[in-house]
Amino acid sequence: MALLELKDVSIAYGNNIVVDDFSLTLDKGEIACLLGPSGCGKTSLLRAIAGFETIRTGEIYLNGELVSQPAKTLAPEKRHIGMVFQDFALFPHLNNADNIRFGIRHLKRAEQKKRVNELLELIGLSQMKHRYPHELSGAQQQRIALARALAPKPSLLLLDEPFSSMDVELRGELAREVRKILKHQGISAILVSHDQHEAFAMADNIGIIKDGKLQQWDTPYNLYHKPANLFVADFIGHGALIEGAVIDNNTIDTSLARLEGKVPKGCQKGCKVKVLVRPDDILHDDCSPRKALIVDRNFRGANYLYTLELEDGTRLFSLVHSHHKHEIGEQLGITLEIDDLVVFPAQDASEHQKDK
Amino acid sequence: MIKTPHISKSSKLPRFNLGAISIIAIALILALPIMVIASFVFQPSNDNWQHLVNVLLGEYISNSLLLMLGVAAGVISMGVITAWLTSMCEFPGRRFFSWALLLPLAIPAYIIAYTYTGLLDFSGPVQSQLRGWFGWKYGDYWFPEVRSLGGAIAMLSLVLYPYVYMMTRAAFLEQSICVLEVSRTLGNSPLASFFKVALPLARPAIITGLSLALMETLADFGTVQYFGVSTFTTGIFRTWFGMGDSATAAKLSAVLLGFVFVLIMLERWSRSRARFHHTSNKYTAIKRYPLTGFRALLALLACLLPVLFGFILPATQLLVWSLTTAEETLDSHFFKLLTNSLMLASITALLALAIALLLSYGKRLLKSPLVNTSVRIASMGYAIPGTVIAVGVLIPFAWLDNTLDSWMREHFNISTGLLLSGTLFALVFAYTVRFLSVSIQAIDSGLEKIRPSMDDAGRSLGLSPLRVLRQIHLPLMKGTVLTALLLVFVDVLKELPATLIMRPFNFNTLAVRAYEMASDERLADAGAPALMIVLAGLLPIILLSRAISHSRAGGSQ
Repeated sequence: MALLELKDVSIAYGNNIVVDDFSLTLDKGEIACLLGPSGCGKTSLLRAIAGFETIRTGEIYLNGELVSQPAKTLAPEKRHIGMVFQDFALFPHLNNADNIRFGIRHLKRAEQKKRVNELLELIGLSQMKHRYPHELSGAQQQRIALARALAPKPSLLLLDEPFSSMDVELRGELAREVRKILKHQGISAILVSHDQHEAFAMADNIGIIKDGKLQQWDTPYNLYHKPANLFVADFIGHGALIEGAVIDNNTIDTSLARLEGKVPKGCQKGCKVKVLVRPDDILHDDCSPRKALIVDRNFRGANYLYTLELEDGTRLFSLVHSHHKHEIGEQLGITLEIDDLVVFPAQDASEHQKDK
Repeated sequence: MIKTPHISKSSKLPRFNLGAISIIAIALILALPIMVIASFVFQPSNDNWQHLVNVLLGEYISNSLLLMLGVAAGVISMGVITAWLTSMCEFPGRRFFSWALLLPLAIPAYIIAYTYTGLLDFSGPVQSQLRGWFGWKYGDYWFPEVRSLGGAIAMLSLVLYPYVYMMTRAAFLEQSICVLEVSRTLGNSPLASFFKVALPLARPAIITGLSLALMETLADFGTVQYFGVSTFTTGIFRTWFGMGDSATAAKLSAVLLGFVFVLIMLERWSRSRARFHHTSNKYTAIKRYPLTGFRALLALLACLLPVLFGFILPATQLLVWSLTTAEETLDSHFFKLLTNSLMLASITALLALAIALLLSYGKRLLKSPLVNTSVRIASMGYAIPGTVIAVGVLIPFAWLDNTLDSWMREHFNISTGLLLSGTLFALVFAYTVRFLSVSIQAIDSGLEKIRPSMDDAGRSLGLSPLRVLRQIHLPLMKGTVLTALLLVFVDVLKELPATLIMRPFNFNTLAVRAYEMASDERLADAGAPALMIVLAGLLPIILLSRAISHSRAGGSQ
């Protein structure tokens, strides 16, 4: 049985619909992420799962029990859901141990103490037990907030942009650390984020949301390599969409090369399409007869991200090992290595452009 | 888009409506005095009013304007210079002065006026000493007359400059040090940076502090009355008591309200401007300019003089008077005064706290524009002079009493007399109108620290809304609640004009006693009640100075 199930959930404030007809299921032990640009409705959805937000249509089930329906919302304190807030919301009048203890005060003293110590050890802050939240760094406060949410052993943990106040370098590290703790404790979790690296580092499955609608629910790998639509292709990772024309069922002609791969349904010969080319699809090979002009170069440590221009002005990106240093204005020899060709009909692309 | 129109009305709605209605009702009741006064603008005028306009109004206006102009010059020069020195420069005694400069705030203007009159008049210690040294006699020499417009300006400036000091200092501390450093790298000296960068950036804060000081100046009654300077407040008092003409007093009050309104607008405007002057959220520790030798001495003097003349000297004089008159003044009568004052102050503080809690929580929970406006209306009183509020409360209360009395006599042949006016109830009501905003501000700033996510965190950890209030809000609000109580308590203790006009017959407070003794030229006897007021006034100053020394995030003192 699924731990959490959302069926056709909509959330609206007045006439403003922020989440539209949203469904998902989450299994026990699974970590998922709701990913999307700011204002896409992901936080409203999370708050609806927690019980802070009423839903306009649909149903939410937790452990098979109906907890939210339009007419009735089970109070947040009765759901046994843990939550980590964007600003951590630690109680400034309590020390760290008491903050963690806050949700388990109904237990026996000895048990409370044991659980608090266990969690402090888990997050590696045992020596900070008697300190107050304001004496901790942001990352430490975040871990206390996590421990506080975990203390009552919730069946589900919700995290609302938990790393957004951290330095970029810290985020990935913390996300992996939190993932390790959750997996170790066997706790299911839903994370809300607008940062894909954070989502990749933490989640088993990611739901991409745009304007309150679910675009794709998939593993990080598939989101990158098999995006379901142009929005996902554009939102996840780096890449160029180049123009092409369908030759036959299996072949597309582009200014880069003739590419083999599945043509979208309903596309006939001569049909205009857009092909997604990732920077890692284009390999550097000095011996290759196919050349492209380097118009920009971005050093990224282990590799360079080159912006290339073809004869007809089409621009591409290529990720090249940083030992191979080429100057802007040189011709770079390239070969193609595309496993799964991602092709979208061209009219979708123009709509996508309009949306932007 | 919406498929099933299951628009769920949450079950909380009726309760919230009740809350909103009670908040709006409270705001309307508290706005009653101001509305009554404002309505007199449109009343036909009588002979008294004509006479007043022809003969006295010009003097009231010119005196009030001159007073405001003088006080503005005084508080800005004292406030800004000391704020800059204590926040940006390093010199011996800086840390002491950064809180000691607030001390004059503890002394009400009318009390400092009494002490300086005692110190500087013909028989006072200063002139006696001078005569002793130089062998002068009466009429041999010129000595500045303290009981004059100039004297009033000096007195008010000495006790009101801390408003400008506080606001400006906070602005200097909040300024990103980077903008000053940028100015230095672009070739400006520290002094040039002050005039070209720091001062313009602090301007909204200076104007806010100035408008607060000027509101107090307009509201002052005790000082100008004692010094014989005719202004609006003395005029209102005279028409009310001397001529018993409530309509003219109300009309005069309405004109004064016009002046106050300009100041409120000025304050609002400058506060909204202040937002744009926040240059950074990153605080680096301030590197103060070290001052040595002659310059350090100058800085020390600049900070010492306001404290010396604004607090140390008058407080010492009060202490001396209290000690010399202790035997006669400290009798049972004095303790009656004390209990009267304490009782009024406690009742008002508790009432204002209860209303402020209701209003502030209502604003937070209901998030309705109507409620927000109501709360703003309810907290307008801080700018309204006590004399105006007294007139605005007494007129409708007297009308109610008379109407009720005649109705009861007509129908039941019973005379109810004065039920509201001339009672402590009316007085407490007037205090609440005047000082509620102090409470609301304190509670609001406390509530701001409790982010909404803390409520949610409590709920997600299994607390019901009521227990969130008890286990999260209550412990966090304890300090705030005490502050709100204390501030109103002290303000009531100091209040003079409204008490003077509205107190029940034969009911005296410390402030009224000090006023009466001073009016009778028994300045020494005014010492003990005045000293009590000043001592009580020190409590919030201590709180304030503690808050100030903790005010800078991440900055070491």
